[in-house]
Amino acid sequence: MLDRFEIKDKKATRDGFGKAMSELGQKNDQVIAMCADLTGSLKLNNFQKEHPERFIQAGISEANMIGMAAGLATTGKIPFATTFANFATGRVYDQIRQSVAYSHKNVKICASHAGLTLGEDGATHQILEDIGMMKMLPGMTVINPCDYNQVISATHAIAEMNGPAYLRFGRPSWPVFMPEEGFEIGKAIMMQAGSDVSIFATGHLVYHAMEAVKILKSQHSINAELINIHTIKPLDNDAILNSATKTGAVVTAEEHQRNGGLGDSVAQVLAQFHPTPQEYVAVNDSFGESGKPAQLLDKYGLGIQNIVEAAIKVIERSTK
Amino acid sequence: MKDVQELKSIASQVRRDIIRQVAAVNSGHPGGSLGCADFFTVMYFNIMEHDNSFNMEGHNEDMFFLSNGHISPVWYSVLARSGYFPVEELKTFRLLNSRLQGHPATHEGLPGIRVASGSLGQGVSVAIGAAVSKKLNKDAKLVYVLTGDGELQEGQVWEALMYAAHNKVDNLIAVVDWNGQQIDGPNDDVITLGDMEGKWRSFGWDVLHMDGHDYDDLIKTINKAKENAGKGKPQVILMKTAMGKGVDFMEGTHHWHGKAPNAEQTQIALNQLDETLGDY
Repeated sequence: MLDRFEIKDKKATRDGFGKAMSELGQKNDQVIAMCADLTGSLKLNNFQKEHPERFIQAGISEANMIGMAAGLATTGKIPFATTFANFATGRVYDQIRQSVAYSHKNVKICASHAGLTLGEDGATHQILEDIGMMKMLPGMTVINPCDYNQVISATHAIAEMNGPAYLRFGRPSWPVFMPEEGFEIGKAIMMQAGSDVSIFATGHLVYHAMEAVKILKSQHSINAELINIHTIKPLDNDAILNSATKTGAVVTAEEHQRNGGLGDSVAQVLAQFHPTPQEYVAVNDSFGESGKPAQLLDKYGLGIQNIVEAAIKVIERSTK
Repeated sequence: MKDVQELKSIASQVRRDIIRQVAAVNSGHPGGSLGCADFFTVMYFNIMEHDNSFNMEGHNEDMFFLSNGHISPVWYSVLARSGYFPVEELKTFRLLNSRLQGHPATHEGLPGIRVASGSLGQGVSVAIGAAVSKKLNKDAKLVYVLTGDGELQEGQVWEALMYAAHNKVDNLIAVVDWNGQQIDGPNDDVITLGDMEGKWRSFGWDVLHMDGHDYDDLIKTINKAKENAGKGKPQVILMKTAMGKGVDFMEGTHHWHGKAPNAEQTQIALNQLDETLGDY
């Protein structure tokens, strides 16, 4: 089944965002792209060129950008407020909370450079708490796609829905393996059926989980099930419970803190409806640091081997 | 469009509504509300072209945003008195299951409110967004935003001012409720605003002044700002007000910023304000 997801190429997820925004600009004249002095990094140059009247350069003023987005949305526009994930969430939490989430504005907060994989810039920029902050806001949709194609699908999907959304993606070139079609907000994607352990992965770590599944099979004769949880909120409870009931052992994998991440959300569902042993592949209450993306993922326990080990460990406690 | 005599008469009732709202629940912010009663009355009953059947998107009508959301009692009264929702609903201010939240909100669907405010410093940004949208839509109506003076201590406001000047958001009129007071005391004791006019001018805004309790001045100055709209610059009107205006023992002090009068004080206050339109 995993062979349906053949790795064709390597591209940055943020490039997918830029492509989708360009497409959306053509398709829907209510779409506004906003950026806080990071137009190139967010890959919005084409949108800016094609629709200068609908491109808003907010400057290094993220709080004002979020407020303006709320005003634009009030009048029926669909603003995409974009910057690095750190500045798109933590820096402007109160603006998002009051002017966007509580006011239920149709604002799309789209954030690049999330997590450790932005690399050399270090911990000031490597936000690992953003999913937690955003998912706590009532009514906020939170999506963390895994590759270039899935970002394209997700960008189109949030333009179609009404309400605030947080879309999180990253900086580095990353394997591309998802089809562009078949994406639905809140609907997890089964990538590999298995019986021994359920791996729920999101974002860049879906690729690591794919590689881990192959190793588990070839070297340890373990049939792992892999589910791609692109939408952290609303969470696909059914997909999680069906899988956990079948396997009796769960691993969650994400480029985020354990606190507040996908693992927390999964644990909450399991604790309430089907208590299941779980191992977390996530950053454990720590800031990041400068380094190459691969080195950082390795050092902070988010590597392929970490997922393999977590699976083996949790199977020992399997309820099956 | 109401004349000055009618406006004054409405404002007296609005002030009664403010006192009665906060007294009923022993909470809320009477000081700033009373200070802006004349301004709100003039805006909703004389200046703005607005539709009290309320459409959130506000196309082809003037839009008003309140940044200093704690003066909700004056806004609720004026919205009710201009037909956005039943005047009787003022009874529910700050009660459980009410649409009249402590600070203005859209969450319960109160007509007239387009964005929540209360956490300060956000309203000018939101108003800019709406003004930019009106320009994109070739909608010639204007966007107004009221902000407090102490609120200008929030950094986001100055981000917004820079944006509006740089991008020539000239269909936006900001008004500052310049009463010189904030919770902890006079602005000048807390963090002085210094050269208020110079600050706005240096950020690229045109500055007008008005007396927030002189009806002729209010109408003349706001209309002047309307005439200046579309000329390439955002405008601010620095509006001198007295916190607590209309109730002698509340006037000119920060003491009544966020405190309700007791029963006896309420009676004294109401005795100073004519019941012109009928209490709810």
